[in-house]
Amino acid sequence: MSRFVERHPAWALIAIIAIAVALWLIFAVWPPGLEEAIGRKRVFLNAVFNGITLGGLYFLVASGFTLIFGLMRNVNLAHGSLYLFGGYVGYAISTATGSWLLSFIVAFVLTALVGVLLQLIVFRRMEGQDLRQTMVTIGLSIVFADLMLWACGGDFYQVQTPNWLIGPVELPLITAVKSSGEPVYLRYPMVRLVIFAASVVIGVAMWLALNRTRIGMIIRAGVDDRDILAATGVRIQLVFVGVFAFGAGLAGIAGVVGGTFQSLSPGEDIRFLLASLVVVIVGGMGSIPGAALGALIIGLAEQLGSVYIPTYAIVVTFLIMVLVLAIRPQGLLARR
Amino acid sequence: MSKCSIGLLALSSLFLSSAAIAQEKIKVGVTATLEGTYTVLGEDGMRGHQTALNVLGKKIGDKELEFIVASTDATPDSAVRAVRKLIEQDKVQILLSPLSGDEGIAVKNFAKTHPELTFINAASGAQETTYVDPAPNFFRYNMDGAQWQVGLGKYAYEEKKYRKIATVGEDYSFIYTQVFGLVLEFCGAGGQVTNRQWVPLGTKDFASVIAALPDDVDAIYLGLGGADAVNFLNQYQQAGGKAHLMGGSIMIDQTILSSKGNAKNALVGTIAASGQADTWEDPGWQKFVKAYQDAFPPNKRFPSPSLLATNYYDSTMALILALRQVNGDLSNNQGKFREALAKTELDAPNGKIKLDSNRQAIGTNFVTEVVDDGKGALFSKVVKVIPNVNQTLGYDPAVFSKIGLPSRTVPECKKY
Repeated sequence: MSRFVERHPAWALIAIIAIAVALWLIFAVWPPGLEEAIGRKRVFLNAVFNGITLGGLYFLVASGFTLIFGLMRNVNLAHGSLYLFGGYVGYAISTATGSWLLSFIVAFVLTALVGVLLQLIVFRRMEGQDLRQTMVTIGLSIVFADLMLWACGGDFYQVQTPNWLIGPVELPLITAVKSSGEPVYLRYPMVRLVIFAASVVIGVAMWLALNRTRIGMIIRAGVDDRDILAATGVRIQLVFVGVFAFGAGLAGIAGVVGGTFQSLSPGEDIRFLLASLVVVIVGGMGSIPGAALGALIIGLAEQLGSVYIPTYAIVVTFLIMVLVLAIRPQGLLARR
Repeated sequence: MSKCSIGLLALSSLFLSSAAIAQEKIKVGVTATLEGTYTVLGEDGMRGHQTALNVLGKKIGDKELEFIVASTDATPDSAVRAVRKLIEQDKVQILLSPLSGDEGIAVKNFAKTHPELTFINAASGAQETTYVDPAPNFFRYNMDGAQWQVGLGKYAYEEKKYRKIATVGEDYSFIYTQVFGLVLEFCGAGGQVTNRQWVPLGTKDFASVIAALPDDVDAIYLGLGGADAVNFLNQYQQAGGKAHLMGGSIMIDQTILSSKGNAKNALVGTIAASGQADTWEDPGWQKFVKAYQDAFPPNKRFPSPSLLATNYYDSTMALILALRQVNGDLSNNQGKFREALAKTELDAPNGKIKLDSNRQAIGTNFVTEVVDDGKGALFSKVVKVIPNVNQTLGYDPAVFSKIGLPSRTVPECKKY
């Protein structure tokens, strides 16, 4: 951090000012002039929170994607199908048993199993052949999409939010002050906050596991040099299967999350595959912190864009991707 | 299992058709939105179509009707693609298409390139389809979105005492037309529409839209349909929204009122207007509801037909009645058939329907209010029935044409 400030004093200053402005926008009571210029503070705060929570969902999908890529150099373009599959499984479980939490566990386990099969049957047979893997996973994603359409139909499904999560909570952020001087606090959907908290927990746990445990050490070593790691006697194929299963399972969990605060339908697989590709390209292929940063940027860009420049909202995401590719093609937080 | 039996059925119908080759067929292409945001609407439309066939039969004199179904996703290009496929590959002679507003405008324009065929609109309701440069071979037996809102503005202003409202709608022609009808009447009565929000068809995340809803209005009008409406209500509930609601014709409809989950309960007490009302006591309507309920097992249909089922029923009925009148004669570029269509007056379940000189329906409209039947099912209850609603909404055609075509900002909120 201090080295960055020493090397790029101008950029550091800009970053500090930007952070200060953002904090002021979030915590201060807006003067009337500002409200007139860019709308009410409630709308702004909601868009920011929505962006962050949507980023949480994107992170869940993209972290599995980037983990698999980082270790195995597999570009798994069937990752979106795993997301949708997990969502459908979660829906089936939650309607059958009425338990929201159980649906996460079952979705994780079943999608992880599909991941294991994918790794054993498909990827192990074409190790190191990037183009073949890419083509085969594109093919598989089309087959999966049609199978799911056949099984579940074109209808929309929504995973029922449990009762204790329905409704808003009041956050200690002032959106406005009434004429009587009484402050109005931000009310925000509980379920989105819980889901965001969960994705932060998963992200931190993943970071700890990667950096503080033996398995994490093996995986990091595998990312750096697979062949040497295998030569030291680590059963690398087992590690591969495990990582693939975990990454796929995360996509499954994300499916249930997406089914809870949005909805599940054919086409969502492609949407989330695209989102995780953009997130990973922005953040840096193979980097977990990069996936977190990328997800946050894309989530915020989508939501703020949809509020302040609705007509061009879709372009913003891709504009960010183009900028990153032009300025820092390896991604924002990628290692060299 | 069901796949298998359908396969067998298809196979046997293939054999039967070759056996009965002597009997002449009239091929009709049908499109419905069986993919995307409006899937549920398309599916129920097809149920209405099937109900009409059950009631009226497929025989036209000594000929028989054959229907070929193609799927669309509510975008204009998907509709044109489906219609083109039906014409070029399946060689259909008559089209029953399409379901959604933008599709309607595209198919109407496409109809002009096939003057030898006849198009009967299935359910689409954009005003432009029959109002601007109508195609001579395109017939619409349902009212447009603006006609379906007649009565709502006045009822909201006079009975509910709403003075200021805001609207949220999907960003395409049918909802423009609905808001057009609403604004014209509500502002004409003296009300104010302070804010109109437009969201893309197929929006998943409504959180920011919900946050941007104004607080200082008496009610919020929702012009959403299908999955968008369900997504919106779900997230509206999660955000703890409590405003009075008003609904468009596909918002307050069985496609939404019988959706899963309890988010729809926010709609109890919502006022709306549409070309039908679930609890209307008219014997014709009750008979239709019964026929619909008898045609499908309870878990494969809604408790009561949706607006789409009714529209598909009516258009199928018009097709069959007019064909029977000319005894299936499609000679002379279907000239006789078209004459019969233009003259056909339907005694439809949702009131009498006749066509104007643009081949656009003049029909009955209903102002409704959502009620809970006590067992958790929601229905739209009749508040007011308004017969003989025409496309210019009772305005002088010259005045009406000055208002402009429905769009994001038209009409202005004033008295015309």
